[in-house]
Amino acid sequence: MRALKSMLAVLWFPAASAFAEPEHPFLSPTNIFAPASTPAYSIFDLSLFVLEVTAAIFLVVFSLLAYVVVKFRKKAVSDGREPAQVYGSTQLELAWTVIPILIVVTLFLAAARVIASIQNAARPSNAIEVTVIGHQFWWEYRYPSLKVVTANELHVPVSDPAHPTPTFLTLLSADTDHSFWVPRLAGKTDLIPNHPNSMWIDPHETGLYLGQCAQYCGTQHAKMLLRVYVDSRDDFDRWIQEQRQPAHLSDVASQGRHIFEITACINCHAVAGTVANGRFGPDLTHLMSRQTIASGVAKNTIGNLIAWIYKPDVFKPGCEMPSMGLSVQQSAAVAAYLVTLR
Amino acid sequence: MTVPHPILVGPARGPVAMFSLIAAESAIFTIFVVAYIFYIGKSQTGPQPKDVLEAPIFYTLCLLSSSLTIHLAVKGLRKGRSRDFGIWWCATIVLGATFLFGTLSEWNRLIYRDGLTISTNLFGTTYYSLVGLHGFHVIVGLILLTAVMAFALSGNIRQQHAERLDVLSLYWHFVDTVWVVVFTVVYVIGR
Amino acid sequence: MSTESIAWRAPQAAARPLVDKLHEWVTTVDHKRLGILYITYALFFLIIGGIEATVLRIQLIRPHNHFVPPQVFNRMFTMHGTTMIFFVAMPVLFGFANYLVPLMIGARDMAFPRLNAFSFWMTAFGGLLLYFSLLGANGLYGAGNAPDVGWFAYAPLTSLAFSPGHSTDYWTLSLLVSGFGSIGTAINIIATILCMRCPGMTLEKMPLLAWLNLVMAGLVILAVSPLTAAQIMLLIDRYLGGHFFDTQAGGSAVMWMHFFWVFGHPEVYVLVIPAFAFASEIIPVFSRKAIFGYPVMVAATICIGFIGMSVWAHHMFTVGMSSSANTFFVLSTMAIAVPTGIKIFNWLATMWGGQIDFKTPMLFCVAFLFQFLIAGLTGIMLGSAPFDWQLGNSYFVVAHFHYVIVGGILFTLFGAFYYWFPKMSGRMYNEKLGRLHFWLFIIGFHLTFDFMHIPGILGMPRRIYTYEPGRGWDVWNLIVTIGVVFQAAGVLVFIGNLLWSYFRGELAGSDPWDAWTLEWSTSSPPPAYNFGSIPTVRSRRPLWDLKHPDDPDWKYE
Repeated sequence: MRALKSMLAVLWFPAASAFAEPEHPFLSPTNIFAPASTPAYSIFDLSLFVLEVTAAIFLVVFSLLAYVVVKFRKKAVSDGREPAQVYGSTQLELAWTVIPILIVVTLFLAAARVIASIQNAARPSNAIEVTVIGHQFWWEYRYPSLKVVTANELHVPVSDPAHPTPTFLTLLSADTDHSFWVPRLAGKTDLIPNHPNSMWIDPHETGLYLGQCAQYCGTQHAKMLLRVYVDSRDDFDRWIQEQRQPAHLSDVASQGRHIFEITACINCHAVAGTVANGRFGPDLTHLMSRQTIASGVAKNTIGNLIAWIYKPDVFKPGCEMPSMGLSVQQSAAVAAYLVTLR
Repeated sequence: MTVPHPILVGPARGPVAMFSLIAAESAIFTIFVVAYIFYIGKSQTGPQPKDVLEAPIFYTLCLLSSSLTIHLAVKGLRKGRSRDFGIWWCATIVLGATFLFGTLSEWNRLIYRDGLTISTNLFGTTYYSLVGLHGFHVIVGLILLTAVMAFALSGNIRQQHAERLDVLSLYWHFVDTVWVVVFTVVYVIGR
Repeated sequence: MSTESIAWRAPQAAARPLVDKLHEWVTTVDHKRLGILYITYALFFLIIGGIEATVLRIQLIRPHNHFVPPQVFNRMFTMHGTTMIFFVAMPVLFGFANYLVPLMIGARDMAFPRLNAFSFWMTAFGGLLLYFSLLGANGLYGAGNAPDVGWFAYAPLTSLAFSPGHSTDYWTLSLLVSGFGSIGTAINIIATILCMRCPGMTLEKMPLLAWLNLVMAGLVILAVSPLTAAQIMLLIDRYLGGHFFDTQAGGSAVMWMHFFWVFGHPEVYVLVIPAFAFASEIIPVFSRKAIFGYPVMVAATICIGFIGMSVWAHHMFTVGMSSSANTFFVLSTMAIAVPTGIKIFNWLATMWGGQIDFKTPMLFCVAFLFQFLIAGLTGIMLGSAPFDWQLGNSYFVVAHFHYVIVGGILFTLFGAFYYWFPKMSGRMYNEKLGRLHFWLFIIGFHLTFDFMHIPGILGMPRRIYTYEPGRGWDVWNLIVTIGVVFQAAGVLVFIGNLLWSYFRGELAGSDPWDAWTLEWSTSSPPPAYNFGSIPTVRSRRPLWDLKHPDDPDWKYE
């Protein structure tokens, strides 16, 4: 144990600097103990209760074990006689059966209450409805009643706890199992083909919330990142309006657009109002309204776009976007076109 | 003083092992039955059970009677009547083979007349798997029964072997019991 | 009858050729030799599984590391999990069961020695088949790759569409084959325990190790079979065009999860119950007291066996089951904490009032008690479904189950190695090296698995080959990886100790620990026939009765 302590001391300094490293006040932007939405708060409250109970159990049993290990050591000088043989005690057995049963019942009831409050929550009429479709290795978002289709960056309105405007997510999958996990907003729920699931969030504060896919879905499972932008109501409405428009048409970058449209790009990607109508890959109509590409993996800059188009393996080796065999110049031209898709 | 022969505490090894094997096999069959029941009515295309299934009553009776005949065979052997044993044992094999023939001809009809294969739809997958798994166990049983028949014909089966053949008959009774379950699930509930 | 036995050495005939000795081992049906074969096989794969884990940890030592590409990482964690469960943990526990059960119940061998050999070779072949995939499988990425679908191989990732080539088939077939071996061993253990106990040894007088292995064997029978069934279904899907898990045809991916976890959860009880058995034999001997509450220990284990068959969907809390289903599985999962806790208290009470001798086996068993307590408590956290909606599929779960398997099972296994090594080899291990192993390993264990809980709490999911900087996970992953060095060092010391002591250790005699169960009444190592004459017993501790004729156990039981 002493060795362990000195080891901890040595590691404290880098550890302490690591605490300072993310700009987050909570040690991590994905800390489950930093809830920002009702389901996450409910889970947080339950978890505190469970932690208190388990901590108490731990202290009691640990102390007993430590006491036994110290008090009943074999003495250096022994008289060679065996200690008194005790075969059992009905009272003790009853005590340490009944007490754990009571503890277990309490924990069960606490958990049951939270299960019901989260899973059976009523869906108010003003809820935003989003359909999330998991793909290898990106997220498709559709707002059916608002007629918006986008990818990889989810926008939802902030929800005032006094007058909640939650967002209800229907979770589907186009291929294998995935899982939607943004820890500060809610627990994770899986996306399973042929098995629609449902979850809801009502973020109390605006901001960007991070997460990632939490069910192994293939080679690039690790880079199926989640970005949820919680906007003010006005910002959200504005964003919806912008997303509803067809693609911004521009005369600039017509060469890139030409390459885009004669290469198989259009078979996987959609750009509303053009001939591109593929659904296998993310919708690119308003690509430049997103801060990242490749499902959160790289910043959405022209340089990264060129690199991504030229060789997707540079960011996500093994992802489903093939290298189309374009030269660097051709990739740059296509990127110049994509940059016009605001 | 004679040294007492150590008395083994407990039952005989053969039946215990066979019951354990039966438990394991039952667990395997249970999973296939659960899959079958879960997928009833969920096939999106292709032939449905009520369109193509006809309950194989005759062949079922053959198989269930073979449980009776094997019981009589072992009973005969225990009493030392090897002719009885031979006849009833043979009858068991014949009845089992008849059942197998029934399954195969049913499959022949389903595949070639009705176009139902294991890959057609969920019904096809679960039906052929479940009935096929049972049929496989019938085949294994028939091989063992035939081996015993060969031993009997070459004069190697004696009265003291009755306990071992009893253990084998446990397996055969299990196969029959599974068929009762499969029959109920496939031809009664599922149709 | 005297408990003294003359150390019996094989007569010094002319040294037999190596080929003869190897042939003897390959054709053996002796439960002791098969036990040693199982254990040696498992130790070999422990090293391989450990190397796989080391590769994983080096890749994760910092964010965006490039030690291995994602394809290799995904194969590594699949092989690590599959190897450790099926080709390390199960074989080593079957090995100890094979070696000890007949000796402890006063029998000459297992009920079906040839089935025993068949089962071992099936298991062995399964392991070789799994690793042959490195050479023989053929996927999109070129010749030779191991399965990369995770050890639980969820559908539809395992369908031909998403896993072309044969790597998944190697996973399926190797486990199918070794599953038959496991069922064979389970049948053997049940038949041996129920039918071959020596005179006087009623079920209430059996050593706890025998009882616990009986329950374990029952669980294997009921649990491995669903996996066998599911794998047959997967093969039908992949090769005969079946649709069991084909979601495009209306099949259910969730059904694979149910079938897998109906196997997967009882499987962990298959692993931990023999670990309990070791603790239940070692702790009394080194506390110099009988086990406290024998009947309750038996009843609690049977309860764990039953309840353990009803908790499986706590691995599926995030899958979208109804609130009633989730609630039921919380209840059953919490319920199983009760008999498990009872066992910890009983071990504690066994030590209470004793004279504890901290030899190496006891060091490992005491550490087991502390660590299993913690593992159980993190299990309770995971069993509260909403808490699991955050913690599930994260590094918190990885930390929890390694706490059980390494901190619980592996620690008692090390204890068992040191405790029974003298019996199996006839020689004592080196106590100083044993302690060195213990301290190295426990430091490494805690460095790795204590700190591993934290990335889970901070949102790090499992099975990711790299992670983003800025999530606050970096330093914890670094510490976790450092712990690997200590554990590796500990294991090397362990193996060195076993090897050195086998050739140079001092002779142990038949009963170096002054213990009380029947295996210590015969020579070390035991002769092929185990006992000169089958013993008759009157209590749970026959050797205690012989050593204390004035105060035998049967007066109090």
